[in-house]
Amino acid sequence: MIFALLQRIAQMLFVMFGISVLVFLIFFATPGTDPAARIAGRNASPEVLEAVRRSFGFDQPMYVQYLTMMKKIFITGDLTSFVNRGWKVVPAVMDTIPVTLSLVFGAAILWVVFALIIGIVAAATRGSWVDKTLMMLGLIGISMPVYWLGEVMNLLSQNRYHDTWIFSWVPPLGYKNFSDDPKGWFLTLVIPWITLSILYIGLYGRVLRAAIVESLQEDYIRTARAKGLSETRILLRHALRTSLVAFVTLFGLDFGALVGGSALLTEVVFGLQGLGKLTYDALLNLDLPIIMTTVLYASFFVVMANAVVDLLYMLLDPRVRTA
Amino acid sequence: MLKVRDLSVAFRTEQGMVHAVDDVSFDVGEGELLGVVGESGSGKTVSLLAVMGLITDPNAVITGSIQYRGRELVGLKPREMRALRGKEIAMIFQDPMTALTPVYTIGWQIAEQVLAHEKISKAAAWQRTIDLLAEVNIPNPRETVHRYPHQLSGGMRQRVVIAMALSCNPALLVADEPTTALDVTVQAQILDLLRKLRKNHGSAIVFITHDMGVMAEIADRMLVMYAGRVVERGKKEELFLQPLHPYTRALLDSIPPLTGKKPKRLRAIPGAPPNLLNRPPGCAFAPRCIERFEKCSAEPALGYGMHTAACFRVSS
Ligand SMILES: Nc1ncnc2c1ncn2[C@@H]1O[C@H](COP(=O)(O)OP(=O)(O)OP(=O)(O)O)[C@@H](O)[C@H]1O
Ligand code: SF4
Ligand SMILES: [Mg+2]
Repeated sequence: MIFALLQRIAQMLFVMFGISVLVFLIFFATPGTDPAARIAGRNASPEVLEAVRRSFGFDQPMYVQYLTMMKKIFITGDLTSFVNRGWKVVPAVMDTIPVTLSLVFGAAILWVVFALIIGIVAAATRGSWVDKTLMMLGLIGISMPVYWLGEVMNLLSQNRYHDTWIFSWVPPLGYKNFSDDPKGWFLTLVIPWITLSILYIGLYGRVLRAAIVESLQEDYIRTARAKGLSETRILLRHALRTSLVAFVTLFGLDFGALVGGSALLTEVVFGLQGLGKLTYDALLNLDLPIIMTTVLYASFFVVMANAVVDLLYMLLDPRVRTA
Repeated sequence: MLKVRDLSVAFRTEQGMVHAVDDVSFDVGEGELLGVVGESGSGKTVSLLAVMGLITDPNAVITGSIQYRGRELVGLKPREMRALRGKEIAMIFQDPMTALTPVYTIGWQIAEQVLAHEKISKAAAWQRTIDLLAEVNIPNPRETVHRYPHQLSGGMRQRVVIAMALSCNPALLVADEPTTALDVTVQAQILDLLRKLRKNHGSAIVFITHDMGVMAEIADRMLVMYAGRVVERGKKEELFLQPLHPYTRALLDSIPPLTGKKPKRLRAIPGAPPNLLNRPPGCAFAPRCIERFEKCSAEPALGYGMHTAACFRVSS
């Protein structure tokens, strides 16, 4: 177990290294382009270009360039944006991380809790109208575009019904630091959490129901019945427990992607300066250092999320543990 | 102790009703071993799942009567059936590879059953589990309780399933082809084990198998099933020495003799059992029967005696 854990961590570090090299090569060694010109941005003056060349060591061998880059991103953190005139990239990215994490963590808690409830209740009442209604609602949740849903939420809570008792508690858009104002942090995030999680509640609820219903067909469920266990116990201890593997796999992928910037649309609608929003703005400006840094951080999050999923696997499935 | 009368199980399907079990009647006495034989699809599993109350298909229609020690099980409340299941009536399944929940240790799974039926401490349930594992000849029971199913071989897993079935000292044990999925040598060990346990626990056993050789070794009385019906029943000796039904005779011809020279090829019964969806009128075995005659276009009934068969050749 400990060995497997260490092995997994080593593997994770190796993958991260690989990603960093790959990202570096894509950005700086694509043949036929001048990385300095791209970093400097459109219509840069020759002086700026020269400054870029020097600062990134473009006259030096490739591996030195790579090391310089990594040093700038991870050690000294003094990578600067030329498009945005001297903006320090790493602090800018760091500032966005708590925003994105707050958004995604909160939504993830909501979606896991509600998807579990929906999946279990629907599987327990399979075939009944309760099941059908829940699955229908899930389908509706899945098919609502998050951007549209966010706009509707804003329209209701910020404009139309803002002065009624239902939504008068909703603060204006934007992010509040948890350390400065925990209550404000919570209140500004409630609606974004709900908006972001609805899709996943629908999706995960349906996936979980399907997995439980499939588990219920297994031979070991018949054994469990033959043992004289109650239906509730069979459902929760046997069918649900063996269905969690599918749930966790999906969760790891989605969670990693969201933390890595896929919460972009939600961040944009609700004016949250998160990683997704930052990447989005950088893409609009072709701000190469920011794009590169966010891509790196984002892929690291995905890799870490995957490693966490693998560890969860080991906890959930003894067959993986000893393999 | 078990009295099954006119048990029928039919499944509603898109093509119509599948009469998997049709008017089956049999008894099991205290401590007796009843062997149930018949080809694949003859309704052996379904009829005993019905006894266990384990037919969960909502399209199943179950009629008839199943009395266990005077209590009617057909239509019993689920809660009462649950209290019997695993405690008084236990079941061993055919495939030990899939019969255990993969994510729990075998000890946990056995103790779970004990704790579901008896008010004893966890420690006591755990001790009982270890004793049971020892009883079914699992080496190092103290360590093996912590193993997961995938860490054990098929034979070991079947021992675990047997230990689980015995955990509450059931009065009736239903074993559905408990050795079919195992290697021949392991099969013999499991059979020995079942014989030993039967002596120690005194449970009555209903033993389902395809294998007449196995029957010859362990059964007291036998039930031969064909196409969802009982075609012959009687004491094992009677059945082996004086089989009445042509189907039973054909089954006996298909086992290799224990002594003497082996025939080059075993005689398989030509033809296939009838479609249970629309069963043709008359004796279900008629299309494959070498002794069929005019009368066989009607439906033969099982007689009432100790040794009887559903065949016009017998009653005539
Ligand atoms: N849920 C179901 N729906 C429809 N038909 C079913 C269902 N369960 C069983 N059957 C049918 O009932 C018949 C009897 O099956 P059963 O499993 O009792 O046979 P068996 O004698 O145990 O055979 P085997 O030796 O292969 O285990 C089969 O033809 C099967 O297709
Ligand atoms: S009733 Fe007729 S067809 Fe059926 S088994 Fe007897 S002899 Fe054969
Ligand atoms: Mg069967």
